[in-house]
Amino acid sequence: MTLTRFVTKSAFRNKRRSVLTVISITFSLVLLTLMMTVWHSWYIDKGSTESAQRLITRHRVSLTQSLPEYYREKMRTVPGVVAVAPTQWFGGLYKDEKPENFFAQFGTDPNEIFKIATDFKIPDDQLAAWQKDQAGAVVDSELAKKFGWKIGDRIVIKGTIFPVNLELNIRGIFTAPQPTITVYFNLKYLQEAVPFFKGHSGTFNILADSPDDVPKVAAGIDGMFRNSPEPTKTESEKAFQLSFINSIGNVKAFILSICLAVVFATLLVSANTMAMSIRERTREVAVLKTLGFTRQSILGLYIGEAVTVTLVGGVLGCLLAVVLIAGIKQVPGMGFFFLGMKVTWSTYVLAIVISGLVGLLSALFPAYHAAKIGIVDGLRHIG
Amino acid sequence: MAIPISYNIRNLKLRKGLTIMTALGIALTVTTAVFLMALLAGLKKAFVSSGDPLNVLVMRKGSTAELSGGFDASLFGTLKTLPGIATDNQGQPIASGEWVVVAVLPRKDRTGEVNVSVRGIMPAGLTLRPNAKLVEGRWFTTGQREVVVGKSIHDRFSGTQVGDMLDFARGQWKVVGVFNSGGTAYDSEIWGDLNQVAADFDRQGGLGSAYLRATDAIAADALKNRVSDDQRLKLEGHLETEYYEKQTSSGGAIKYIGFVVAFIMAVGSSFAAMNTMYAAVAYRSREIATLRVIGFSRPSILTSFVLEALLLSLLGAIVGIVLMLPFNGMSTGIGNQVTFSETVFSLQMTWSVVLVAIVFSLVMGLLGGFFPAWHASRQEILAALRG
Repeated sequence: MTLTRFVTKSAFRNKRRSVLTVISITFSLVLLTLMMTVWHSWYIDKGSTESAQRLITRHRVSLTQSLPEYYREKMRTVPGVVAVAPTQWFGGLYKDEKPENFFAQFGTDPNEIFKIATDFKIPDDQLAAWQKDQAGAVVDSELAKKFGWKIGDRIVIKGTIFPVNLELNIRGIFTAPQPTITVYFNLKYLQEAVPFFKGHSGTFNILADSPDDVPKVAAGIDGMFRNSPEPTKTESEKAFQLSFINSIGNVKAFILSICLAVVFATLLVSANTMAMSIRERTREVAVLKTLGFTRQSILGLYIGEAVTVTLVGGVLGCLLAVVLIAGIKQVPGMGFFFLGMKVTWSTYVLAIVISGLVGLLSALFPAYHAAKIGIVDGLRHIG
Repeated sequence: MAIPISYNIRNLKLRKGLTIMTALGIALTVTTAVFLMALLAGLKKAFVSSGDPLNVLVMRKGSTAELSGGFDASLFGTLKTLPGIATDNQGQPIASGEWVVVAVLPRKDRTGEVNVSVRGIMPAGLTLRPNAKLVEGRWFTTGQREVVVGKSIHDRFSGTQVGDMLDFARGQWKVVGVFNSGGTAYDSEIWGDLNQVAADFDRQGGLGSAYLRATDAIAADALKNRVSDDQRLKLEGHLETEYYEKQTSSGGAIKYIGFVVAFIMAVGSSFAAMNTMYAAVAYRSREIATLRVIGFSRPSILTSFVLEALLLSLLGAIVGIVLMLPFNGMSTGIGNQVTFSETVFSLQMTWSVVLVAIVFSLVMGLLGGFFPAWHASRQEILAALRG
């Protein structure tokens, strides 16, 4: 019998206890992996290279103020700007207020938006059809699938911000690298229906020369309008999205405290199991010692045992987290925050390393005690 | 006959380390759950108490938030003459045309910029919000670039002391007072003169919303329906209470995430408790057999061990709740999805939160304790005695 075999055998000698411990640790690790994934995708992930090249300009005062549409042509003169398209959040309701019927509607310029969203794919004939029909719209392929929309369908969107209902003809279906739950329509349609909105746009989407140019472009645009009555705020696409998440509250502290609670709980569970298991085997330790095992090696054996159990929990937890994240994406109203969220390799590695460390720490104290016991006392011990 | 509960208490005391560690594990779960529930309770309180049952909020038809409204100011004249509106001591109807806009202010602790609601109101706007009381300085003067700030704004943002100049929209505004509306959503707002605010945000000639003060609750309901039914107005009346209740949905994401987190942690803790209880049973198998021999029945052994698990989880609940106590009343901000700006509220560990936490923890104890207890009551007496 090799040492590894001995360790794994002892780790699962009390099957029920080991299984319960593994399940308990698995659930904690699911949560930890979930939280780390959220953290990674919001705060570490820089987005795709295409996304890193895009910027969004809004009114400096707030998102609810709109900008003059002529800013678009001025923005083109800023060095590094490749393309600019107006985008206006419509915020209308499809069918009813239920969260499962929620999706984003943006009024934009059909001639330029796909030059900015370079990673979105749409067949040329569909794009041309959209450009010809002012009441036309293009929809995300995932969204089309969900609602069963086909090209030629007519959808009605009830206005809440604007006093108008949009009747849109679906002219095209685009695919994005990640689901966007978005419908794009022609901004002109909205502007003609709502006189006071003529010549306005809430935001502008901009494509920069390269990701390195993004800060320069942002500074250039904001500098250009600094002293005008409508100053702007330009951010990278990622920063713009993050500002919505930050508005929920102190999300970072929230995630961190949950992670800490989870790790500590796992530590307690594992320490508990190891304490029980080692205590039962005091006599066995004495036997091992008589066979010539040193204190260090006994310590090592027990720690190995604990690490084995927590590692199994860690691996299972990671796998379950993947399933859970896929599930959360399906929840109506939640999907928006979790779009394109994926467990990365670094998260897997980190989760498994943490679970191993928890095992190590949890076994240290009881194992140290066990290793210290004298042979005679140990043999005499009644468990 | 039932086994006395002191037997269980003594057993828990005997295995101190194990009891403490298991209880702590449960406590952590309870703390997390209490934190999330207190967050939601505080949020609900802030919104629900904001609305006044006598106030009718009028917005453009189809509009779901004051921010996204906008109707012609001339309609306000018609609204004021509707029956059922209370009058002030000069005989004027208590009605206020308003605009809610969003301004960006830097946080005091420099953790970024936050959207804040700025409300432009008519003088009657103060009369119909009797809950808002001035705590410092004076109310703003009509026609001046002056503002009063809510208490939460005063506490959380720099440059909001009386006498300070606040910089938003087209320039500087003088802070002349601080008001407190008792922890409602209004405390997260800045109030100023309607025309001044409208001019700064290019909203002249229109109104975002109008507030009408009804004479009594029945009149409020009638007023609301009258506004909505009038085809010429193209407006919609809402009871202010209902409008704010809807905004509680801003906590939807927290609620959902909170549920997932609490559930997963609870499953983990239940299994840990199960482990502890199985160990307790295994350790005492001879003792259990002896109890059986003396004449205690299987059901009483089952009850006894379930009780022990419940005691353990109750201990965890108490520790968990006590751990959260220092955070009770702590205030935090949440992005309000209706007003696009931050609403400040405080954590509220209400009795119902505490009660739910205890029940939650007992359920964990029950789930963790039942199978080991079942196992204990089913043991073969002879085998166990010999064991």
